[in-house]
Amino acid sequence: MSTAVKLSDSTPVVFDLANASLRELNVALQGLDGLGQSAWSILNPRGAHALAVGITAAVSLSIEGHVGYYCAGMNDGASITITGNAGPGVAENMMSGLVHVLGDASQAAGATAHGGLLIIEGNASGRCGISMKGIDIVVKGSVGHMSAFMAQSGNFVILGDAGEALGDCLYEARIFVRGEVASLGADCEEKAMTEEDRIILRNLLKKSGAKAEPAEFKRYGSARRLYHFHVDNAGAY
Amino acid sequence: MARRADCTTSTLITPGPIEMTDSAGPRIPRTLPRFSATFDPHTIAEIQRAAATGIYDIRGSGTKRKLPHFDDLLFLGASVSRYPLEGYRERCGTEVVLGTRFAKKPITLKIPVTIAGMSFGALSGNAKEALGRGASAVGTSTTTGDGGMTEEERGHSQTLVYQVLPSRYGMNLRDLRRADAIEVVVGQGAKPGGGGMLLGQKISPRVAAMRNLPEGIDQRSSCRHPDWTGPDDLEIKILELRELTNWEKPIYVKVGASRPYYDTALAIKAGADVVVLDGMQGGTAATQEVFIEHVGLPILSAIRPAVQALQDLGQHRKVQLIVSGGIRTGADVAKAMALGADAVAIGTAALIALGDNAPEWEEEYQKLGTTAGAYDDWHEGRDPAGITTQDAALAARLDPVKAGRRLANYLSVLTLEAQTIARACGKSHLHNLEPEDLVALTIEAAAMAQVPLAGTDWIPGKNKGE
Ligand SMILES: Cc1cc2nc3c(=O)[nH]c(=O)nc-3n(C[C@H](O)[C@H](O)[C@H](O)COP(=O)(O)O)c2cc1C
Repeated sequence: MSTAVKLSDSTPVVFDLANASLRELNVALQGLDGLGQSAWSILNPRGAHALAVGITAAVSLSIEGHVGYYCAGMNDGASITITGNAGPGVAENMMSGLVHVLGDASQAAGATAHGGLLIIEGNASGRCGISMKGIDIVVKGSVGHMSAFMAQSGNFVILGDAGEALGDCLYEARIFVRGEVASLGADCEEKAMTEEDRIILRNLLKKSGAKAEPAEFKRYGSARRLYHFHVDNAGAY
Repeated sequence: MARRADCTTSTLITPGPIEMTDSAGPRIPRTLPRFSATFDPHTIAEIQRAAATGIYDIRGSGTKRKLPHFDDLLFLGASVSRYPLEGYRERCGTEVVLGTRFAKKPITLKIPVTIAGMSFGALSGNAKEALGRGASAVGTSTTTGDGGMTEEERGHSQTLVYQVLPSRYGMNLRDLRRADAIEVVVGQGAKPGGGGMLLGQKISPRVAAMRNLPEGIDQRSSCRHPDWTGPDDLEIKILELRELTNWEKPIYVKVGASRPYYDTALAIKAGADVVVLDGMQGGTAATQEVFIEHVGLPILSAIRPAVQALQDLGQHRKVQLIVSGGIRTGADVAKAMALGADAVAIGTAALIALGDNAPEWEEEYQKLGTTAGAYDDWHEGRDPAGITTQDAALAARLDPVKAGRRLANYLSVLTLEAQTIARACGKSHLHNLEPEDLVALTIEAAAMAQVPLAGTDWIPGKNKGE
């Protein structure tokens, strides 16, 4: 790899996208086995799409700047920090690992993801956590409309406000919101915070370095009224 | 029938009521009970059912009403100016290569008939295994479905296409990478614009675990992809899928037939290697009857616009076209290919070959209020043949080895039939069939397939004023 420069064992491998292609970067990252070369610094991402997708090694990556669509898509084990903003579908379908966005995230952040932790320091746009299937998401700012739409499982923590129709057609994911909720979607309701909820929430706040207490949050979940077709629910669809 | 009876009555010479007399006095002829063509018995029963339940009818299978279809086309065969090939002696090729545009590893199929995406969940594990066995025996591919990849189908399918659907149930990196091709599903012919449905009876513990859902709920999957909207996003999604899989795998885009010219053009623009076009006759595991019967285009009308888009963009035969929706015979295969498709896909016919709707289960079909040949409650999970079910006892009825063999036999027959026709048309490969080999029996079919009405040189909408 001529474009990946490893300075010493303690310093990260520096990969400059100004001098090399997306393909070369992804080939290099997907070929890692987690032994050695465990820290990478990616320069000049310049909003490129599909950056650092499908990594299966427990490496840590710092992407220095803004990224386009699907950054860290299907990540399976890597810890990826994006120092700028992220385009749509950041960490989509993540399997495991960590994705940390220091700026804001566009739509569908963490969509359909099965595992791992997604932390967004800024705000997330609409459909954050759509169809999430086990991931944990912590958004320190606010989230847009239809967030957690059809969210199946996992935990979703919002320190700011939530837009319209939060948790529409929700399945078994847990949603925690500290700020205002513009409106709840169909079949999403406020629930009492159980001890189990508090433990999950406290743990996620700690992991993500968020300064907040579980007591400041409300917990939302599925009312489970739409789990079976019934004519009396037709108005909710 | 009804109309013909009317004509006869109106031509009676005697005006006014006919009076008949016999020894018992005048006998007044009775008006026969007459069913309405508009409110026919099926319609009336459906109104009564809707009134009783308050929920629309959901069923499996495809459109049941008569539509313009491949039956409305004929091959011309050879003549003085065209000479045929010898059956059994002169070769008529059937292989097809898919994914030649961008994929590093295109797939080669021995026959141009593939098995369409049908989910585990809709189908039993044994049925998925049987599909894999049958398809692999004759050198063709199978496809996963809305619910992820099972070991049964990966293990038994030589070539397996992995569907990326809006729900993304069971979607994971490992399965994506062990697939041989990837199919981004935008729509399905039975329900272009509709999401999936799997009713509670079929959400068994295994299905629930694979889909990450509570057991026994009526599952509705979304109709739009969660992380992209529109053709520009699709292009980026395809880029991501290629980056995830080292640009190795052919990427298909599947659309229900609704705007085939534009959908094909946009799929090509978005970077598809293969376009899959599914007509309204296409089967489904569970969809509203109103959707199945009233949305989308018959496949006959959709192939030529799709081929036109491929040709206009210089991509015909470079981006391959797979068509589906009501393919039953080798004649259908040959006709679809003559209209410009590179291959076809089958769903319903494959299930029938496995044993769906077989007369041996008649007694049980009767108990379910239906009869062999009409059974379409595939969503209920009570399939006597053990195919569209998650009930372990029912599923065990289907022997995947024997059912796979039946499917392989059927696929061989489709191929032999298509070859018989192609040789008669003087073609050394199924791909050499062309619209010029065809005529239409009806004006509608002539217009839709853009081939001449039989016995004329008239293609409606074409050669005007000539
Ligand atoms: C039982 C069943 C399940 C299906 N499941 C899916 C699915 O999961 N994804 C999909 O794209 N199409 C699905 N389809 C549609 C088929 O892929 C295909 O488009 C259709 O069956 C082709 O038409 P035909 O049945 O007339 O051959 C399903 C069809 C059937 C019959």
